[in-house]
Amino acid sequence: MAHSKFSGTSTYVATDDLMMAVNAAVTLERPILIKGEPGTGKTQLAIEVANSLGKPLYEWHIKSTTKAQQGLYEYDAVARLRDSQLGDARVHDISNYILRGKVWEAFDSNVQPVLLIDEVDKADIEFPNDLLQELDRMEFFVYETKKLVKAVHRPIIIITSNNEKELPDAFLRRCFFHYIKFPDKSTMEKIVDVHFPELKKDLLAEALNAFYRVRDVPGLKKKPSTSELLDWIKLLLAEDVPPEMLHADDPRKAIPPLYGALLKNEQDVHLFEQLVFLDRRSGSSQ
Amino acid sequence: MLIPFFFLLRDGGMKTSITELLTLLEAMQKGLAAESVDDFYYLSRACLVKDESQLDRFDRIFAAYFRGVEDTFADLKTDLPEDWLRHQAELILSEEERARIEALGGFEELMRALQERLDEQDERHEGGNKWIGTAGTSPFGAYGYNPEGVRIGQHGSRNRSAVKVWDKREYRNLDDSVELGTRNIKVALRRLRKLAREGAADQLDLDDTIDKTARNAGLLDIRMVPERHNAVKILLCLDIGGSMDDHVRICEELFSASRSEFKHLEYFYFHNFIYESLWKDNRRRHAERIPTVDITHKYGADYKLIFVGDATMSPYEIVYAGGSVEHWNEEPGAMWIKRLLNTYSKAIWLNPEPRSRWDYTPSVKITSELMDGRMYPLTIAGLDEGIKALR
Repeated sequence: MAHSKFSGTSTYVATDDLMMAVNAAVTLERPILIKGEPGTGKTQLAIEVANSLGKPLYEWHIKSTTKAQQGLYEYDAVARLRDSQLGDARVHDISNYILRGKVWEAFDSNVQPVLLIDEVDKADIEFPNDLLQELDRMEFFVYETKKLVKAVHRPIIIITSNNEKELPDAFLRRCFFHYIKFPDKSTMEKIVDVHFPELKKDLLAEALNAFYRVRDVPGLKKKPSTSELLDWIKLLLAEDVPPEMLHADDPRKAIPPLYGALLKNEQDVHLFEQLVFLDRRSGSSQ
Repeated sequence: MLIPFFFLLRDGGMKTSITELLTLLEAMQKGLAAESVDDFYYLSRACLVKDESQLDRFDRIFAAYFRGVEDTFADLKTDLPEDWLRHQAELILSEEERARIEALGGFEELMRALQERLDEQDERHEGGNKWIGTAGTSPFGAYGYNPEGVRIGQHGSRNRSAVKVWDKREYRNLDDSVELGTRNIKVALRRLRKLAREGAADQLDLDDTIDKTARNAGLLDIRMVPERHNAVKILLCLDIGGSMDDHVRICEELFSASRSEFKHLEYFYFHNFIYESLWKDNRRRHAERIPTVDITHKYGADYKLIFVGDATMSPYEIVYAGGSVEHWNEEPGAMWIKRLLNTYSKAIWLNPEPRSRWDYTPSVKITSELMDGRMYPLTIAGLDEGIKALR
């Protein structure tokens, strides 16, 4: 195969199915759409793919006000208007007022780049539809200068979505799709391992147990995810918490230390404390 | 190739298109899934499934198809896996090896024998024994391809069967007929969005400004427009207490999701059925009631009306004056709901009881008839249907 393969990096653990989806997208030069719970490393994926394949990365972060056109180019009509009122000579060449967008930059790259379109669902419902042709043919037309911009190398396009809006079918059909599911314990061990290689085994085991216990608490509004776990472990290490502290069999220590890193919602913290309190009471009455 | 599988997916309710099938075939041609059935599963999933709510469905169809298990699609199966494997075998096997397969009784015979072996394998594997083929004596292990997704001694470290990967059905709770969370509801409700420009003009309308400036011989003429926001207005009537206690959580979720989704959301509570008054605060339901007539006067006909209730009660509570369990109602509930429906032409009833149980409850039938059949189950799929009816 002409392309090098993505197989995870020293700082990113990719599961088999994720690798397959990414490699399929790389080989067929089609965009790949990544969905998943927040904090499962969707955006990170693009960075890691670019790193591991040694390609430049262009990031286009989408906001609710972003228009598809802004990724291609913008015609700064206001600047031109101002210049015309001031009698600036630049005003005669319209290309002085064409600002290149991220997609154009990626298309112009001399080596095959990775283009990240982050949180595509944040934008207007019509946003993905406006990009169909560009993603398909990897070219677009600049009306102001009557110039066709064509990708030198078809970029590897990674699109992430948080599911806030439905994406149109026509758009989906052009993409590969991967849903990053929440990692199971063994994958999680690997993930923690690449981030904290010197972490003590027993601390990791206890931390993971505590973490999944917190995740399993019913009724949490925002379950802690991978990125929260990593932050929490960072804190545990910084505070030098001994593994025994995380042990749950002793009801008096059922609240994991520094749990503020895991629970980001006031109501969740409250609920969690109540549950632990109840648990402790029933534990002591036995 | 893969065409029967493709149609099976479509019959199974997946929205897979020809483009996607062609993408999959192209990927296979480029050798992306040549190594194992696991790879094929991952590849086909990445190509054919475009929404996580479809993943479970895909897993089930994949399992049914590639196992040849008796299921509802039994008559549609199954020349595919064999075709595919044969193709694989041709890719992988040498002339000599293929001759040896023939010697074993041909491909069909081999497949059959392998199937038997695999069935055993499944059981033995659960007991914790080793895979067939790793010792190098089995004919199956020698060739390195693996129908039914069982790895035969290729990678010692990957000690799980590929069939198991899709049989685990890890995506079950993402299926849209099952789970209903605040987030899912939000996504469904978002389809009701109708963005409109209303209110104070506080944004620069660049296009219009340029246009007007050009017409103005180059002198700046600034034009402003109002901001766009969701213009959908919702009246939400929630049944509370009694048989609804089982559904409190789901209703809360619906409520909290719709609250953040709509700028114009008014909610009212009722018990069992709509009568001459509703209330906003359930703790003071007897003290502070709002006459239903006032509601129809206060909120215009452009509001969309959503009832949430199980509609499970005695039919008398709907059709007779004085039928209410809580008070004496001068006019029957049916009359009141008709009045509301006369004002609000866009209305639906969401029922948290599963649809299969509706036929057994006369009051549900009556309510559904009063709503002209616009009653939908309170699941994501039902919510979707309902929202279509509201648009």
